[in-house]
Amino acid sequence: MAIAVRNLTKYYGREKAIDDISFDVKSGEILGFLGPNGAGKTTTMKIITCYMPPSSGTVDVEGYDIFDHALEVRKKIGYLPELNPLYLDMNVIEYLDYSARLHGMKNSGLKGRMREMVDACGLSDVRHKDIGELSKGYRQRVGLAQAMIHDPDVLILDEPTSGLDPNQIVEIRNLIKKLGRAKTVILSTHILSEVQATCDRVIIINEGKIVADGTPEKLQQDFRGAETISLQLKTKAGNVMTDVFPKLKGLAQVENVQYGGEEKEAHRFTVHTAKGSDLREQLFRQAVAEGWVLLEMSRKSTSLEEVFHKLTTAEPVKQ
Amino acid sequence: MTTPTIKLDVKAYLKNFSNVGTIFRKELRSYFNSPVAYVVIIVFLAFIEWFYASDMFKVNLATMRDMFSLVPWIFVFVVPAITMRLIAEERKAGTIELLTTRPVHDSEIVLGKFLAAWALICISLLPTLVHYVTIAFLGDIDNGPVVGGYLGLMLMAGVFVAVGLFASSLTENQIVAMIIGLAMMFALMILDKILIYVPEFMNTIVEFIGVDFHFSNIARGVIDSRDVIYFASVLGFMLYISTISLARRKW
Repeated sequence: MAIAVRNLTKYYGREKAIDDISFDVKSGEILGFLGPNGAGKTTTMKIITCYMPPSSGTVDVEGYDIFDHALEVRKKIGYLPELNPLYLDMNVIEYLDYSARLHGMKNSGLKGRMREMVDACGLSDVRHKDIGELSKGYRQRVGLAQAMIHDPDVLILDEPTSGLDPNQIVEIRNLIKKLGRAKTVILSTHILSEVQATCDRVIIINEGKIVADGTPEKLQQDFRGAETISLQLKTKAGNVMTDVFPKLKGLAQVENVQYGGEEKEAHRFTVHTAKGSDLREQLFRQAVAEGWVLLEMSRKSTSLEEVFHKLTTAEPVKQ
Repeated sequence: MTTPTIKLDVKAYLKNFSNVGTIFRKELRSYFNSPVAYVVIIVFLAFIEWFYASDMFKVNLATMRDMFSLVPWIFVFVVPAITMRLIAEERKAGTIELLTTRPVHDSEIVLGKFLAAWALICISLLPTLVHYVTIAFLGDIDNGPVVGGYLGLMLMAGVFVAVGLFASSLTENQIVAMIIGLAMMFALMILDKILIYVPEFMNTIVEFIGVDFHFSNIARGVIDSRDVIYFASVLGFMLYISTISLARRKW
């Protein structure tokens, strides 16, 4: 187990930021930490990196306890804090050198490793520029480079793509995938597509509690609600409400049908069906049998987005 | 609040003394990369030339005593300007979070930053040696008070830098850090001059706390263990509480 979080609770004053959180991260796993702002993602990460102590509970990183072996834990971790703080008056090389030396790297090996990271992160063009002159995308790369300069086993990335434009997001995501290979990664985000694109596993956290834990696919399945199929069809039948509507409603597994109005002789319907079912085939056969002209049919199932929305706005779900 | 107890392993600490060196070099370089260092040196010299060097010849004595009594007051205004950024800036920018999650002791951070600011002050004292050369060339100067004076100035600068560093650790606002630092240094400077306002039985204590009292002892060329202990303990104490204040992780 690379990281073991046990019963972590943190109070800010009287306010509980995280509440009895426990989870494990396996070696080599990329874990997405998902939750709305203020859910406790950052707090949890700050505790794992030994920036601040929990009110109770503990964390074990690669076998080292955050209380007893804080320095060992810090050596194991590469950390990109929220908002990616950097020394704007240093240039890229100076900053990476500084970071590496504070991680105990000495002259031998340091030069090579720095060159490696500069190349890997695509920083060679700007390596002698002041960080303050760099664009946000480049700064993020510098942030990643400093986090990985000492080749840590564990990477903790707090919202690594926030504030970037879509192209930069893809770049940084690929960089994380490339560099995070064979590393244990925890990354927090509130962008869902990011989790689907990069993570092996997702933990959704809300109001300081873990509300879901699993692969993105599993979460989608577990929290899948009713399926909906939207239809658009033409019919010769005179009265849609009496001729078509009851027949749709009469199909097995159909829970509800909504009429969406008429548009150039085409009628729209939304068919709600039972969880996990797929009625497209039956609908097609029905249409053929009745002589309806099917113009459009599409099936929508719950996205991770909806799972997230459900979990983080409603009452906390019991596990 | 419980802090993660970082066990002080002396052996590992000495082995990693390079951390202090790394932080020291980075801080000193950032003084010289920005206008701060140059402004400090120029302001420092401008004050000394204006108030001291212009009268140097009128005094007609081969002594630097006037300079040694002037420089502490320049310190009071210049040192807070140098030290205010040391920790406050990192708090404001959030880089403190990166710095304190490196495998580095808080005390190493404090020590590295302290040494950098102290070095800058000592560097800005260097050009004043010109006056020593001038006077020594023109007259028969007593070297004791000169050595004592410079030693005293360096010790005093050390205490002031430690005070300023502590002030900087209290806040993320550099202006606030500067005002707190300036007030503390000013208080240390005038303590031995306001004894008439202090109940008589406290006179010796208040006088002992004042930094100028010990400085003038050393500047006379007499190095007394009491003064050395004073400087060492105030400096150590300020660095210690700065370390504690840095470890206070809340915002």
